[in-house]
Amino acid sequence: MEATQVLKGASVKPKSRRAHEVYKARWAYLFISPFFILFGIFGLYPMLFSIYLSFNDWKGVGPMQWVGLNNFQRLLSDTVFWQAIQNGFILLLMYVPVMLFLALALAVILNSQYVRGYRIFRTLIFLPFITNMVAAGFAFRILLTMNNGLVNVALGYLGIPPVPWLESIWGARVSLSLLIIWAWLGYNMVIMLAGLQTIPHDLTEAALVDGATPVRAFFSITIPLMQPVILFCLITSTIGSFGLFAEVAALTGGGPANATITPLIRIFNTAFRSLQFGYASAMAYVFFALIFAVTLLQVRFFGREQ
Amino acid sequence: MTNIRRLRHFLITVLLYAVLAAISLFMLIPFIWMLSTSFKLPEDVFGFPPVLFSERSTLLNYEYLLREKNLLRIVGNTFFVAASATLLSLFFCSLGGYGFAKYRFPGRTALFSFLLATMIIPSAVTMVPNFVIMRQFGWVDTFWPLIVPGAANAFGIFFMRQYISSISDELLDAARIDGAHEFGIYWRVIVPIIVPGLTSLGMIFFMGSWNNYLGPLIFLKSPEKFTLPLAIFSFGGAVGLTNYTAQMAMSVISLIPLLIIFLVFQRRFVEGITAGAVKG
Repeated sequence: MEATQVLKGASVKPKSRRAHEVYKARWAYLFISPFFILFGIFGLYPMLFSIYLSFNDWKGVGPMQWVGLNNFQRLLSDTVFWQAIQNGFILLLMYVPVMLFLALALAVILNSQYVRGYRIFRTLIFLPFITNMVAAGFAFRILLTMNNGLVNVALGYLGIPPVPWLESIWGARVSLSLLIIWAWLGYNMVIMLAGLQTIPHDLTEAALVDGATPVRAFFSITIPLMQPVILFCLITSTIGSFGLFAEVAALTGGGPANATITPLIRIFNTAFRSLQFGYASAMAYVFFALIFAVTLLQVRFFGREQ
Repeated sequence: MTNIRRLRHFLITVLLYAVLAAISLFMLIPFIWMLSTSFKLPEDVFGFPPVLFSERSTLLNYEYLLREKNLLRIVGNTFFVAASATLLSLFFCSLGGYGFAKYRFPGRTALFSFLLATMIIPSAVTMVPNFVIMRQFGWVDTFWPLIVPGAANAFGIFFMRQYISSISDELLDAARIDGAHEFGIYWRVIVPIIVPGLTSLGMIFFMGSWNNYLGPLIFLKSPEKFTLPLAIFSFGGAVGLTNYTAQMAMSVISLIPLLIIFLVFQRRFVEGITAGAVKG
């Protein structure tokens, strides 16, 4: 009898202390609750609902039909979806190295003692970032139009025949890369600038005094110290290029021949144009798993020293 | 020796300015062309040779937007959505950030890690079911889906937690001894101190909402509810059928408010953008 009472007392006491702690912090729970409530309704519940949907056929209205793994099976042979995934990787390889290199180089230039007008150049290069991508996409479309578009006219003066920027597979991909670099270069540059300012200035100075060339100092000191910042930019760009939507819709519409279609556009079209809600959900999950894996790989590969 | 060094320094400087000028030009051309096209007549868009402005330049496109395309309404919609989304998010994110930064409570670390982890969920996964949920709420073709779900978001809470962590606890304790209510401490002590942080975050939120295309595309159906990016897109038909001049006029208008905000608050804006990247 006594033993059980002691046990009871022992189990009640910490519980009540914990309850007391929770009670004492009730305001904190109230303050952080909006996020968890909204995430529950518009994040967690949709994610679970989406899993269920991916095993069903559903037009968005009327009854659902359980189809088991059918949607995933169908996905394996969905050439447009895999084309979209492949496009994501192609784009990534096309613009990310160029953009990150340019961003770092510009940041180093603006951070050096060689140039003045830091603020003006930073503002100009950053400006495209605040533009909505529908407007920018259509402006690029006008510039890159095959007949008498400004770019082809300028190339014509140099004796180069008109380039089918938007009408050919690789032309469209180059055009899209140009638009993305235009829009995101300033963002990445500003982040790299902030990163550079955390590197002590005398470190590079010392290397230069010891006889290292500026190029050597850049590759042996700046790049290694900037590794975490570069990794951050790399991951944001990766996630960004699989999630492109407005840029593609406005500039190329995903064409020609699906050469620039992205996973998000494919999922959107499957759900809201073809009204295949179940199939779109299956796609979304496979897509999620893929970017998750790619991001992990990048952290493993480029962030190993951290 | 010094002459050679001076010459080298001069050449490097010239080269660097040339690089900066070329890139700045690349950044500016689309804006310039957007503006120029918005003053053209449709038949002059692809005229040869291309001109920036001519005696045929006109304000007709802007007039057309005002008379036929409900321009004021569309700008009003966009502003209403962006402003309400921003204010609501700033309130909930700073409140949440305050909760995580200044209180010790059971489960704090776990809850915060969970919050950070939710940031990796791509919107593609929740896009379809969210549409179904909004339809059940009767919120399709209203502004609510563009305002409510993001009102307390992980990035904002993370940002505000960092910001509020640097405020000294003594200040809060002093307010508590004076008999301030916990919410009163937030409202009267914390909020006035974090105004710069709220400005940075608010600009990011405002810009995100103002430029959002996918959200309005999913949820807004009737043209009188359209926001700017959706309305700009609605000019675009098949290639060749697009009314480029009116479209560019609306694009110019969509840019002006952000441009003003950005030029005025540039430093805060850049701080907001870089805070998460370099410190986190």
